[in-house]
This record gives sequence, C-alpha cells and structure tokens, in this order.
Amino acid sequence: MSDLTALTIADIRSGLTARDFSARELTEAYLEAMDGARQLNAYVTETPDRARAMADESDRRIQRGVARVLEGVPIGVKDLFCTEGVDTQAGSRVLAGFRPRYESTVTANLWADGGVMLGKLNLDEFAMGSSNENSCHGPVISPWRSSGSNDQLVPGGSSGGSAAAVAARLCAAAIGTDTGGSLRQPAAFTGTVGIKPTYGRCSRWGIVAYASSLDQAGPITATVRDAAIMLKSMASVDPRDSTSVDLPVPDYEAALDGGVRGLRIGIPGQYRVDGMPAAIEDMWEQGKDWLRQAGAEIEDISLPHTRYALPAYYIVAPAEASSNLARYDGVRYGLRVADDDIISMYEATRSAGFGAEVKRRVLIGTYVLSAGYYDAYYLRAQKVRALIKRDFDTVFEAGIDAILTPVTPTAAFAAGSMATASPVEMYLNDVFTITANMAGLPGIAVPATLTEDGLPLGLQLLARPFDEAMLFRTARTIEDAAGHFSPGRWW
Amino acid sequence: MPPEKRLWYRAPILENGSGLREMSVDRETVKRVAHLARIAVSDDEAEALKADLNKILGFVDQLIEVDVSDVEPMASAGASQTKLRDDVVDDGDKAEAVLANAPDRRDGFFAVPKVVE
Repeated sequence: MSDLTALTIADIRSGLTARDFSARELTEAYLEAMDGARQLNAYVTETPDRARAMADESDRRIQRGVARVLEGVPIGVKDLFCTEGVDTQAGSRVLAGFRPRYESTVTANLWADGGVMLGKLNLDEFAMGSSNENSCHGPVISPWRSSGSNDQLVPGGSSGGSAAAVAARLCAAAIGTDTGGSLRQPAAFTGTVGIKPTYGRCSRWGIVAYASSLDQAGPITATVRDAAIMLKSMASVDPRDSTSVDLPVPDYEAALDGGVRGLRIGIPGQYRVDGMPAAIEDMWEQGKDWLRQAGAEIEDISLPHTRYALPAYYIVAPAEASSNLARYDGVRYGLRVADDDIISMYEATRSAGFGAEVKRRVLIGTYVLSAGYYDAYYLRAQKVRALIKRDFDTVFEAGIDAILTPVTPTAAFAAGSMATASPVEMYLNDVFTITANMAGLPGIAVPATLTEDGLPLGLQLLARPFDEAMLFRTARTIEDAAGHFSPGRWW
Repeated sequence: MPPEKRLWYRAPILENGSGLREMSVDRETVKRVAHLARIAVSDDEAEALKADLNKILGFVDQLIEVDVSDVEPMASAGASQTKLRDDVVDDGDKAEAVLANAPDRRDGFFAVPKVVE
C-alpha cells in the first residue's frame, strides 16, 4: 500500500476486511500526513494517543470478526462538537481551556461505530464566517492554489478546517456544521462533498450552539458514497435534543445506485442573475445536461422569495446567536477577565473573549430583539422565513424531486482579500446555500468542475425534508459524470 | 479578480437595501446595545461597529418590500409540536462535572465578584 491516505471510506472498509493493512497502520499514515501539513492550520488540537488507542481497538475487533460499520476510519472533528476530555474552543478566546465532561451525540455515534478520532479542526469563531479567517487560532489555508500562482486561498467557512483536511487527505472524512452554508460552501471551494441534512436529522446535543433553529451537523468527504456512509452513522433519534426527529435512519448507501431516470429536477430562475460568471453558468448547464442524459426531466421552477433569504437570515441567526452566546459570562467555563463588580466582569470578559464578527452579530441580534424593534425586524424576518419555506413546499407538492443550483457564486477567493470589505459582502457568499437552512431542507454540495484557473466549483442539490436518499442518488449521478478533483501537494 | 466580477449579484441586492435607511444607528445606540449585550466597547470600537451595523441593517431593511400580511411567523424548521418526555428524574448528581471548568469555584459553588452590598 503506497498511500493509505488516498483511500476512501469504502476502500478502507474493504482493505481492512481483506487485511491489506491494519487500522493502526492507517492511523499512523494520517498522523504523519497531519504532521507534514501544519502550515495549512487545519487542526487546532491533535489527539494522536487517543487515535492510536482507538485504532488498536479496531484491529482487535477486526481480528475477532466483530468489526463495526466505521471500524478504523480516521475522522477529524470540527472544534464545535464537545469531545469529552479534549479541548473544545469553537475558535473563540472566550472558551480558552474548556474541556467538556461529556461527548456530543454525533461524535459519540461515530466512536460507537468504530471511527478513530484524529483531532479537532479549525473553524470560524462560533461557526460565524465564510472564509475561516475568523478564528482565534488563525486562518485555515486552502490546499488548493490557482494554476501558476503561490497565493494563498481561503478554504471557505465556517467548516474550513474540515474541508481543507479532507481535500489535503489529513483525515478520511470530517464532520462539521451548517447554519447558512458552512458545510456546502467550503466543500465547493475544496472539491469535496458536503451534505447538510434536514433540520432534526442529526442531534444538536453537545454542539456549541450558534443559531439553534438553523444549525445542523453533517459530513465532508471525498466521495458521495463516503458522505452516505458517514451520515448513516452521525444521524440518530436523540431524546436529549427535542428537535431530533423520531424517524428511523435509512440506509443511504443503498440509495446510491438509484439513478435519476424519470426524476423531475427543478431549476430555479431566481438563482440566475445577469452577469453571473461564465464558469458558474457553464457548470450549471453541464449539470443539467448530465442529469438529462441520465434520464431526468429538467424543468424551470420559481422560488420567488429567494432574494429575501439572506437578509432574513441576518436577522434570525444573529438574534438566536445573541441569546445562545449569553452563556459566555466568565462564570461557568472558559475565559474570565476579573473586575470589581459582576457587570464589569461580564463586559470585560466578553469584550476580550469575542472576535469582531461575533461582536457584530451579537449586537445586531440584541438590537433586533430589543424593545421597539422586535416586530419590525425579528417577527417580520420569521414571516419572510415562512414564505421562503412555502416557495419550496409549492414546487415539491407540484412533483419536483430535487432542485439543482450552483453552491457558490464564485470559486475560492484569496486569503485576506475581504479584510477591508463590508461584512455584508462576505455574507453574500452564502446566497445560494442559505435558503436550505431557512426552510430546514437537506442540501448537498458535489464537485462539478474546475475553473480556468484550476479551482473547484460545486453543484448543489436540494430535496424534500428527510429525503437525503434523493440527494445521494442525484449527487452520485453528477459525481459519475464529473469525476473527482484533488489539489496538487505543495505543503 | 475585480470586485464586480467577484460579486456579480452584489449590486442588485445592495442597491435595493441601502436606499431605505441612512445611518440611523448612532454611536450612543451602539453603546447602549453593547451594554445590553454585556460587551464593553471603546469609543473607537463603537464608531467602527456603528458603520458595520448600519451596513447590515441597511441590507436587511429590504425585507420591508415583502408583503407579510396574513403570514404566520416561522420560529423553527422543525416540528411545530415540541416533544415531551416522561416527567421523571433521569440525570443529575454531577456537581463535580458541572464545576470542573469554572474559572473560580469555592466550596462547591461558582464564585463571582460581590453582587449585593
């Protein structure tokens, strides 16, 4: 075996079963790869001792013939998931030194299925960002570079460490979260697959909360099949999250070969705007052709409130964030900046602990929830949210099976290039992904092509609530036609 | 990449949003909201936040265009009925775990600066 880190989860499964290599050898290969890629700043905490112990346990189980479904698969975890006894900082100074005494449901599910924990991955602070430049650990550098250029690019965000780690083969798969596009946008920027499941499919218990009505966990992987394998393990019905839905988790892998023959794929006109870069337009056309050639019917559809999703999100999400982040008060965990009276202690702690983007969103949230503004902003945004959902309900009721759009309006941009831009310009990165969070729908990003500059672009598919199987079969059709994309190694 | 190429969708969205509100949040409002949010801000920080907040509020103001009459607000993407569990004690007796990460603890309690005189 020359390069164990090039294997997909499906390859790992068959290789371990055939005893081509051991789980320990596989984990050592990843630990070595992580060691050689520190300059990408993808990991914020590495857990090699734990990884080796888990891999050895996997080898014992394989020996005994009692391997579990993710046996020996090395996984990286966005540092937003609480991991027992391992630092969990959410990219924020305010959680410096926090070591949870409990394990998130999603990570517990992965370890119970035999996954091996390699460490914790960098992210935008509290998952607020689209470039992974808002982290107290410093930015993540994308493993991708434009052809003929040494300029650093962003990996996208907020799950930028997860996407960079998968693209650079620093883990077999990673997990992250998606509140407005935080799995799909970085997946598109790095040529990886990212799926945000339906709201309620994965338990949020033990995930540091950003906007509770929008947050969902999901995987970032090298292939669509790997995403199906990972989501099957991550998803569960959890009595500790009252929004976790009482529906059995289907065998997503079994859906992969379903094909798209006879499916009705909707193309929303509102996602096309004059002046769209030709590379995005061409990719979208190509995606339609691939699905049509595979037997799907392509239909124009209308989602009239699309343009209001982003502004409504920037009321709803900050409002929920301002409430969720009230817990960082210097009393129970993390940073405390001492002061004589308790109010000054709170204010000094939060001022020193939160970064600029987090402060902006907490203040916006506090403002739109404050007396006199609640109805004008928050209540109106919730009503607009209902209209966005109604748009989707209408097309799905009319028989549309899945919706095809680009994931992002551009390819990855240069590190630091948005430093002086208005915060709103950064928000516009999520213009195509945010609707799925507002409506609670599942969405997947699948690599589709490379730009002239050699950078990946992705297509997004959206489906009915809890129809992740539809996403996997349609994404698989695109993947079969598009192939896979990997960055050349320079690090 | 020139900005107009990078952000092709920017102009239509920003133009529609920005005309409706002109710098309506002043520095005193920023400081008042920051105090409500329990975040200390210096005068310089308040000035920068004022500009950012006005840009964000200008952007979200385009929601004024939407007819929301007779629309029920949507609070969550999940089920409208909250699940209920049996009313029994199923957790607890974890004081040590709860206090384990406290910056300051004394005699089994979180310790804070004096709150009452």
